[in-house]
Amino acid sequence: MDHPNLKYIRGKKLPHMFCQGCGCGEILNSLLFAIDELKLDTRRMVAIGGVGCSSRIPAYLDMYAIHGIHGRNLAFATGVRLAKPELKVIVLTGDGDCGAIGGNHLIHAARRNLDVTVIMANNGSYAMTGGQLAPTTATGLYTTTTPRGNIERPFDICKLVETAGGTYVARWTTAQPAALIRAIKQGLTHRGFAFIEVVSQCPTIFGRYALGISDPVENIEYLKENSITKEQAEKLLPEQLVGKIVIGKFVEKHLPTLEDAYLEMEKKVRGA
Amino acid sequence: MLGNHAIVEGAIAAGCKFFAGYPITPANEISEGMAQRMPEVGGRFIQMEDELGSIFAVCGASLAGKKAMTATASAGYNYMQEGIEYAVAAEIPIVIVDVMRQRGENFPTQSDVMQARYGAAGDHEMIVLTPSSVQELFDLTVQAFNFAEQFRNPVIVLSEATISLMREGIRIPRQEELKIVNRKKPIDPPGEFMPFRGEEDLVPRMSEFGDEYKVLYTHNPHDEWGRIAWTPKLYEDLYNRITQKIANKADEIALYESLFTDDAEILLIAYGSEARGCLDAVTAARALGIKAGLLKLKNIWPIPAKAMVEAAHHSKKVLVPEMNTGRYYHVVKEVIGGGSEIISLPKNQGRIHSPDEILQEIKRAN
Repeated sequence: MDHPNLKYIRGKKLPHMFCQGCGCGEILNSLLFAIDELKLDTRRMVAIGGVGCSSRIPAYLDMYAIHGIHGRNLAFATGVRLAKPELKVIVLTGDGDCGAIGGNHLIHAARRNLDVTVIMANNGSYAMTGGQLAPTTATGLYTTTTPRGNIERPFDICKLVETAGGTYVARWTTAQPAALIRAIKQGLTHRGFAFIEVVSQCPTIFGRYALGISDPVENIEYLKENSITKEQAEKLLPEQLVGKIVIGKFVEKHLPTLEDAYLEMEKKVRGA
Repeated sequence: MLGNHAIVEGAIAAGCKFFAGYPITPANEISEGMAQRMPEVGGRFIQMEDELGSIFAVCGASLAGKKAMTATASAGYNYMQEGIEYAVAAEIPIVIVDVMRQRGENFPTQSDVMQARYGAAGDHEMIVLTPSSVQELFDLTVQAFNFAEQFRNPVIVLSEATISLMREGIRIPRQEELKIVNRKKPIDPPGEFMPFRGEEDLVPRMSEFGDEYKVLYTHNPHDEWGRIAWTPKLYEDLYNRITQKIANKADEIALYESLFTDDAEILLIAYGSEARGCLDAVTAARALGIKAGLLKLKNIWPIPAKAMVEAAHHSKKVLVPEMNTGRYYHVVKEVIGGGSEIISLPKNQGRIHSPDEILQEIKRAN
């Protein structure tokens, strides 16, 4: 018997290209559960990814998809949403794709409250290219481009999106699949810019070389042990939060979307 | 009408329903005009955060079935190469206006003629149109959309500060007078439709977001179904088709005007604003009894080779005046070959050759 979510996979064909134990498979599966539970019509959806491991997820989805340009997913999404606001757009991206090369598009899409759902996998490195420093890599960690340890401070991309104007912001890890599915469902039904960060394991590169953990299960346990809820984090000092992953829903508010504002303006212009 | 506004009206006449742009002189009047006009025609306008944003928003809108355009000037055109490369590989019809300006300044120039062709990474062909008047800005913008839709490829309207910021009287044809081309829609049902299988013209049919076909767009090597796949043969076949769909039609695409070329012993080959002075100079030379002629190119890529060879048939000398360091001269030399002497006439001072300057060169060559 086929897996119940196989019907959402392009051509109903697996395997995928992700390494054994990679978090991207879990993110893909969580998204499929969310789509299934919400009974979304995949004919009315477009998935957009850039470049990187997580950005490959759209290529597996049985829906219209754009793949292959590093960091530009939210620019594509802006064009699609304005051209056809009736379509639901999901962006699948990574911390490098979205927090570095695509950072400008990220903050402006959030500022505009573009009605899209962004799922950003954060594995703390550029894994597809062999494990270079990412904007999310913790201070002190060794990567292929920080052979003497990372001298920079990591980016909290949820805080960035919150400040830029995102109207739904949450962070979970692959160690909390039920909460992740719930958050993706909330993101998909949220009207406005929904941003979900998923801290995700990379046993092949980041886990193995930067953390010294190559077993997938141990990597997930590492995420679980280091996760603390937003409420717990509020009681801790900044130095106690170093190395911790703060999980939870940070923002949920309702403001006019770019598309709604445009259509309202257009209606006035054309009605006059 | 202002040149840049003629581009706006040309785009709307061609059916443009989406524009994304980022401020840059001397292209601003295009964005400003589109901001005003798009909502009036049920189209969408957005000012993006940079030129990369603009070109990828335009790609997204085109995949959603809308005719889409962006406009910029040389420095901004640099950034757009990434999007042009993607649009070539994923076969997305889009129009890009590049109002050429000198590096760092807004002086007129024709110095992007090579970047317009070769700027993007990877194997590709480009269709580049070179208007020389406000009327041609309108006409060639319509034509650019038609070519983009016909070939599923980015098309460049290569304007210049000179032309875009000029005001001239133009005639806007009635809508029914215009020939408008739309992309071919799928006829096969979902499951049978192969979104990257070229037809006889090597161009595949194109579905749009929101219909049943669920196509995957990627610039990675892909098979006729759009599946990411890698075999050396597949890659070669893909890029042979994507380049040959345009290269094979170079003569059909060619847009040019010939003046006194039948018996021209001294031939001028010029494009864009440079063609204007040439026209006066050739007329003056003929009055002096010199057998001069002009081939005015309204597209420079793909190379209108047949037109060049024909026009140079009787020519001892071919003069190529350009407002740059002499770029397209090399193309002319390669195409026409050894039968005629090819002479570059570069002028790179932020101003066009005057008719008198051209006339002096004709006399010298005679």
